[in-house]
Amino acid sequence: MTTEAADSTDAVGTVAPAADPGFLQRHGGTIEYVLIPGAALVGALAVFGVFVAMFGKNPLDLYFYMYYGAFGTWFSWQNTLTRAAPLILTALCTALPAQLGMVIIGGEGALLIGALSATSAALALQGMPPFVVQIAMVCAGVIGGGLWIMLSGSLRQYRGVNETISSLLLVYIALAILNHLVEGLMRDPASLNKPSTREIGAANMIGSIPGTDVHWGLVFGLIAAIASYILIYHTVFGFAARVAGGNIRAAKIVGLGVSKLILTVCFLAGGAAGLAGMVEVAAVQGRTNANLAAGYGFTGILVAFLARQNPLAIIPIAILLGGISASGGLLQRRLGLPDASVLVLQGIIFVFVLASDALYGRIGFLKGKS
Amino acid sequence: MADGSIGLWTVPLAVLGGAIRVSTPFLFVSLGECITERAGRINLGLEGTLVMGAMSAYGISYLTGSPWLGVLAAGITGALLGALHAGICSLPRVNDVAVGIALMLFGTGLAFYLGKPLIEPTAPRLPAIDFGWWSDLPQVRAALRINVLFLIGVVLAPILYWAFRTTRWGLLIRTAGESSDAARAMGHSVLLIRLRATMVGGFLAGIGGSFLSLFYPGSWNEGLSSGQGITAVALVIFARWDPLLCLWASLAFGGAAALGPALQSVGVTSGYHLFNAAPYILTLAIMIITCSPKRTLTGAPAELSITR
Repeated sequence: MTTEAADSTDAVGTVAPAADPGFLQRHGGTIEYVLIPGAALVGALAVFGVFVAMFGKNPLDLYFYMYYGAFGTWFSWQNTLTRAAPLILTALCTALPAQLGMVIIGGEGALLIGALSATSAALALQGMPPFVVQIAMVCAGVIGGGLWIMLSGSLRQYRGVNETISSLLLVYIALAILNHLVEGLMRDPASLNKPSTREIGAANMIGSIPGTDVHWGLVFGLIAAIASYILIYHTVFGFAARVAGGNIRAAKIVGLGVSKLILTVCFLAGGAAGLAGMVEVAAVQGRTNANLAAGYGFTGILVAFLARQNPLAIIPIAILLGGISASGGLLQRRLGLPDASVLVLQGIIFVFVLASDALYGRIGFLKGKS
Repeated sequence: MADGSIGLWTVPLAVLGGAIRVSTPFLFVSLGECITERAGRINLGLEGTLVMGAMSAYGISYLTGSPWLGVLAAGITGALLGALHAGICSLPRVNDVAVGIALMLFGTGLAFYLGKPLIEPTAPRLPAIDFGWWSDLPQVRAALRINVLFLIGVVLAPILYWAFRTTRWGLLIRTAGESSDAARAMGHSVLLIRLRATMVGGFLAGIGGSFLSLFYPGSWNEGLSSGQGITAVALVIFARWDPLLCLWASLAFGGAAALGPALQSVGVTSGYHLFNAAPYILTLAIMIITCSPKRTLTGAPAELSITR
């Protein structure tokens, strides 16, 4: 992201407005979308550097280890991509409803419910061919997570309940349901210290992309992001959704079924997060337990905002933030920073990105003539 | 706790005691958020403020030996986070809900980071006043060991109710929340009013956090607050932005949150986690009952983005 920002600065420098007067007018907006979040990211990294310097750590070491732990070696790249997979999916959970003007922050809940549904499906179908079990897990994860966020959507549509608050409350309710089932009905009696469900079985795991340690969840994420992009920007449905997001009254006047739009979009959003839960079960954990509440749902919100709710932009941003969280372990070992330092950095980035919203359309040299 | 002599009476007693004990953070956060929202802004970041308040109160109490200095430090930390929220929100085209989410993540992250060395040591706690001296039953005495902060909160609610109605500051805050144009026409800076309202809101939320770490549960760890801050924000909505209703709602919430531990103490352990989720389920249920898609809520400040 930082290099992209630097590239675009170069582009501005080489193609002088005088040489091609229309250039900035045509591309100024696109450049802004890269330049401003990029600058916000650099600013956040600088502030975080000052922050760790106050604790007597060398900020240059920090940046080096962050780079090294995220993108420095093939091993760290694989770690980064493995973490990016659920982030792409949970970011879609915020980005899709955002097209309709809704702020959904309950991706973590949908992830947990998706994981629970997928695990139940796998445990119910023990003995079936792995391919059947895996398909069933995907369906169960998507449907479970989808219905969970659709609940928030329908509460907003039919009862006027604010979807931001209801989706967050549903995260805590989902966690309670998960803990309840994992410690009761679905508990594997052999899991003594860490209550868990029974394992879904090694044969049913979805495995890695050949030649790598990165699991297939990354491909699920990429497909979901690209499909969402096409849905929103290249279909009538997506156009209707964006109209309704821009002006709900206009949408109603031209006869768009707003309720149907809201429910469908919320289902797809929750389905994406539910798929993230399925992936975490079927590729990483092998079972459901409290480990699944690892905060992917909350980091996904940040990814969606940083990508300005654009499904395609979510992919590189998720890889970037996956990298930051992948480097957390190295920062802990080499610099003695607490594991929460990743959370602090994410918080600072989030604050900077939102504050940078004020800059759009205000950078003089990008305005062109318009 | 499980004393056979009073049997199942333990449960309502524990719920009553819990209503008093557990409600205090809800009460402070909701009163603070009430002030902020009346001024026309919503601060979802109070969850982060609560955790930061808990951490800084514990740290200062441990370092200085005075829990009351800890409470003050928590309030100041909260006010600073409030100032940060208001500062970013006063930039053009910045969404206050999104900034709140950002500060929720930032506050919790920062508290976990700075609070790492505080998990082991024991800090001096806030004292409690024993209102149960007249009873021989240990359950009654436990239920009536009441913290001064709770009493301050109980007194604060009617004061705020009165202040919103009659004082100059109360009217200014409400004007900013109902019509920023009107406030501007009167020659007041809406941004400044909202900055102050958000800082006071953060101050109170920080104090709510200090109660968590210095009285009940009374220690610092990373699982200290699980959504109390956000529940309190939701609570303001169905308390109709009325400080007195906030008080009753907080008590109801405290009771709901105490249900799980109370049932556990008499041996009902199945469904423990579900009972722990009672406050969230209750919030959602009350929001479903009281909200309506047809009209905006009565009492809602007109400038509030979340109800428009």
